[in-house]
Amino acid sequence: MTLKEKEKSWKEISIAAVCWKPSTEFLTGDWKTYKPVRDPAKCTRCLLCVIFCPDGAIHWKADRNDIEFDYNYCKGCGVCANECPVKAIEMKLE
Amino acid sequence: MQSEEWKFTAKDIAEKPDLFMSGHRACAGCAPAAVMRLILKATRGPTIVTMATGCMEVVSTIYPYTSWAVPWLHTAFENAAANASGIEAAIKVLRKKGRIKDEHVDVIAIAGDGGTYDIGIQALSGAVERGHDFLFVLYDNEAYMNTGIQRSGGTPLGASTTTSPAGEVIPGKLEPKKPIADIMVAHEIPYVATASPYYWRDLIIKVRKGLEVEGPAFLHVFAPCPRGWRSDPSKSIELSRLAVETCVFPLWECINGEYQLSAPSKVIAMAPQKKKPVKEYLAVQGRFRHLFTPKYEKLIDEIQRITDMRWQKLLKKCGIA
Ligand SMILES: Cc1ncc(C[n+]2csc(CCOP(=O)(O)OP(=O)(O)O)c2C)c(N)n1
Ligand code: SF4
Ligand code: SF4
Ligand code: SF4
Ligand SMILES: [Mg+2]
Repeated sequence: MTLKEKEKSWKEISIAAVCWKPSTEFLTGDWKTYKPVRDPAKCTRCLLCVIFCPDGAIHWKADRNDIEFDYNYCKGCGVCANECPVKAIEMKLE
Repeated sequence: MQSEEWKFTAKDIAEKPDLFMSGHRACAGCAPAAVMRLILKATRGPTIVTMATGCMEVVSTIYPYTSWAVPWLHTAFENAAANASGIEAAIKVLRKKGRIKDEHVDVIAIAGDGGTYDIGIQALSGAVERGHDFLFVLYDNEAYMNTGIQRSGGTPLGASTTTSPAGEVIPGKLEPKKPIADIMVAHEIPYVATASPYYWRDLIIKVRKGLEVEGPAFLHVFAPCPRGWRSDPSKSIELSRLAVETCVFPLWECINGEYQLSAPSKVIAMAPQKKKPVKEYLAVQGRFRHLFTPKYEKLIDEIQRITDMRWQKLLKKCGIA
């Protein structure tokens, strides 16, 4: 990932180099080699994967009563697949 | 404590927006990052976080990006607890003078094992002795990871690090872990506890208790690091379960000097046949690979002996056995 806009020069940097952009604007999804793919038929919506994902890349969508993977951030670590109690997640080579 | 009545479901936790946000630069499968997310799921109102230098600080604030949706402050490696003292004292004065809204603000200091067991212990000891009202969270990945896996006072016996390299001369680190949480109990502070992310509910409740208690609180969180432990990134949360099941990292609380086992460890105390051998935990980590060779295999027995001895000591403190 590269910065989208031109880097600021040191003269324009915020006082004390305070970080001012939310990291959600920095996509880490292109780090992954394996991609978690869930079988919705097996999934019990227990939400353990949502709780354990180190990257907050699985969201609970209350309106749809379902979870959703955000591949923009998922680094492909496989924690979700390892912890899923019903083995609904498979790590597939991207 | 109100948290005794705090009931929440997995859905409640999933629905609470992340205050430690996505887009941080921790390695894939980093348990400390999962721990940061979980800690912030336990906040109850205005909260300020201050952090020591280390992986979680670095990966979350690479200029100009920040992963923190709460006010967050970093100064140096050794002084997370001194920062927290200053923040807490400043808030007190500003509230008294009417310069800010007269409401409670929680202060959380976070540091790694290097920033707690070693370089940070002086600031920490002083801050809790002065009785500042804050929660100190130690995320223990058992070495100085951010600078390339150097051994710390929290690195366990037999672990290979770049400054305790296993080879012809030594079998990895020669000394066992410093009992840091017991050292904090000896400071006679109102709340000390240990937690592990696999037991996420227990962890979240303990963070909340640490915030609710008046005065200093200390939470020691086990946090596997696949990079430094040479372990499979998908196994980070599993390792945090194995450490508890083998009694390598038992879960307990010490409230006003009274030790009590937490549920996952209590289960083992009540049914000792459930206690797994440390070998199961060691075998899945590359940092202990050399222990499974004839030259160093005896050290596994020594690690088992120390684990059992510490477990028995803990049971005694909890009034069991
Ligand atoms: C006074 C000082 N000495 C050394 C460093 C270099 N340094 C930065 S992070 C770090 C290791 C931190 O280890 P730990 O607290 O265990 O956190 P981890 O990186 O493992 O999460 C070191 C030695 C520093 N920043 N400041
Ligand atoms: S593979 Fe890792 S980063 Fe991706 S969704 Fe699963 S737990 Fe999160
Ligand atoms: S852990 Fe498995 S069963 Fe639970 S919500 Fe995730 S995919 Fe579904
Ligand atoms: S080195 Fe370890 S603690 Fe640091 S970001 Fe990587 S996995 Fe996390
Ligand atoms: Mg460390």
